[in-house]
Amino acid sequence: MTLEMTLQRVQTADPEDLERAQPLYPARNNPRTEPGPIRIAIIAIAVTFLTVFVVLPLVVVFAQAFSKGIGAYFSALSDPEALSAIRLTLWVAAISVGLNLVFGLVAAWAIAKFDFRGKTLLISLIDLPFSVSPVIAGLVFVLLFGAQGYWGPWLQAHNVHVLFAVPGITLATVFVTFPFVARALIPLMQEQGTQEEEAAISLGASGLQTFFRVTLPNIKWGVLYGVLLCNARAMGEFGAVSVVSGHIRGETNTMPLQVEILYNEYQFEAAFAIASLLAMLALITLVAKTILERRLDEGQPPSDD
Amino acid sequence: MKGNLQVTIEVKNLVKKFGAFAALDHVDLKVANGELLALLGPSGSGKTTLLRIIAGLDWPDSGEVTFDGEDALARGAGERDVGFVFQHYALFRHMTVFENVAFGLRVQPRAVRKDEASIRARVKELLDLVQLDWLSDRYPSQLSGGQRQRIALARALAIEPRILLLDEPFGALDAKVRKELRQWLRSLHSEIHVTSIFVTHDQEEALEVANRVVVMDKGRIEQIGTPGEVYDHPATAFVHGFIGESIVLPVDVRDGGVRLGGKALNIAADGASSGASQLFVRRHDMQVGPPGSGAFEGAVQRVRTFGPIQRAEVALSADKSVIEIDAPRDRELRTGDIVGLQPRRYRIFAAQD
Repeated sequence: MTLEMTLQRVQTADPEDLERAQPLYPARNNPRTEPGPIRIAIIAIAVTFLTVFVVLPLVVVFAQAFSKGIGAYFSALSDPEALSAIRLTLWVAAISVGLNLVFGLVAAWAIAKFDFRGKTLLISLIDLPFSVSPVIAGLVFVLLFGAQGYWGPWLQAHNVHVLFAVPGITLATVFVTFPFVARALIPLMQEQGTQEEEAAISLGASGLQTFFRVTLPNIKWGVLYGVLLCNARAMGEFGAVSVVSGHIRGETNTMPLQVEILYNEYQFEAAFAIASLLAMLALITLVAKTILERRLDEGQPPSDD
Repeated sequence: MKGNLQVTIEVKNLVKKFGAFAALDHVDLKVANGELLALLGPSGSGKTTLLRIIAGLDWPDSGEVTFDGEDALARGAGERDVGFVFQHYALFRHMTVFENVAFGLRVQPRAVRKDEASIRARVKELLDLVQLDWLSDRYPSQLSGGQRQRIALARALAIEPRILLLDEPFGALDAKVRKELRQWLRSLHSEIHVTSIFVTHDQEEALEVANRVVVMDKGRIEQIGTPGEVYDHPATAFVHGFIGESIVLPVDVRDGGVRLGGKALNIAADGASSGASQLFVRRHDMQVGPPGSGAFEGAVQRVRTFGPIQRAEVALSADKSVIEIDAPRDRELRTGDIVGLQPRRYRIFAAQD
């Protein structure tokens, strides 16, 4: 996140600001501007850093993926195990984004529009997945659903497979990505307050009408923003999923797990072919995020007072 | 539509607490049909809470609210036929002006909802009423404060409310727009004549717009009366101090006489009970005369003139306190003048703690 922001800032600061800031006494004309050489040095450091740590790795991913030609690239992607990993990842992402959309909306609604005991605690709990290592999150599910876990024997007796199966992977992903939607919405909804809802209710709207006609349209860009980040994390999650997946080939491997397996087996171009899909997802997310952030800024009404 | 567009509102023994703070402390109020009533008071006096309870946006801890004898508390906000105008307008920011006004008509149950053509006609009519039909395709963010307020009013009127409630309707506007809208609201009310209550902390606004004024303080009603009554005959020390500019002096009432700083004043106690009291005089009710001519004597410290009046700061010889008086300009006052002051009218209230 920080890197992306720095990247944007460098890009916007680069062409125009440098041209504008060339008067005779730059320091006097603009007290906030550093002398030229210092500015150039700072920008150079930032650009170098970003090139080495962000741009270069991205280039390498694609270079490796295509190192044996386009044919090899597509045959690596159409491998049954790869296809299964892609399918599983899409499924898990769709389910967990769907669930977290509902949870996030409800949690943000409750926190932003009502006062109740334990509100601070709830806000802290929503952030828990951010502060807990994903591996721990995965282990929690092993403890709960594993053969030696709390509910393991019962689940086994009823022939329900959670661990090392799609439900377990989904649960772990839901846990890890829970905060994104709620976090995107809480500040937005808090800022908007409850007056528009009160106006709608006093005009005779029902609770559902108020939600769908007033609340939701006001937060739609925030919702999309949360969904976008949630989706990116859901597809890219490694740690928590790795613990609960069981690594059954063609069955419980998501894309990040498949990349690791292929890499460990020295199938570099196949590993990087799948990695390139994840990298593309990241790039698309980045662009969409920038667009959404602009919409969110525009959506802010001018202050009333 | 509802037959009778005018409704009598009755509030009985209303109590509302926020934690330990009593926002409403046993309030009784009766609003006659077709009236334009102002709830006037400083912030924290409970006026907005009272308005929100009548609207159904808040619920009292105890007490009754009835519209024409029917229990209003048994109904939700949307079922009370109340139009509410919010201080910060609360227009739906993602809808055009047209859709904002149409909202109340579009969310009606299918059985009673009007067809699209009637809705359009009704919205057009309301936008004409507030003289803003040319803005119907704009969004709220493109409007000025005064325009937003009028759209908020049109939106509230769309549901043909039996009662119109306005929370600080002009509070967020600048002085000039506020003056225009005040007159406009008065004329609108005489046109549609729906029972209306508005909340304000601005006494001028309350006295100028309302038929009757309810003065509130600390969750209680201090006085109910016409603008003339509350100004000329304040019922309590609070009302005297809150409405109009008053001179307040700490006096002592004893044996039917009034004393200031230990010296007897040449005025009657007017039936005020003995003990520590406060003497209230309007600034313009202090008559200026030669030294020794009135109840007080003092030295003029500073004089400023505003159009027809001159405002003088006078240090009283009795207790050295400095008061501001408004005198006509027939006799110019100068710094250093020693003058006698006689209150034409005054009130004495027991001292507040």
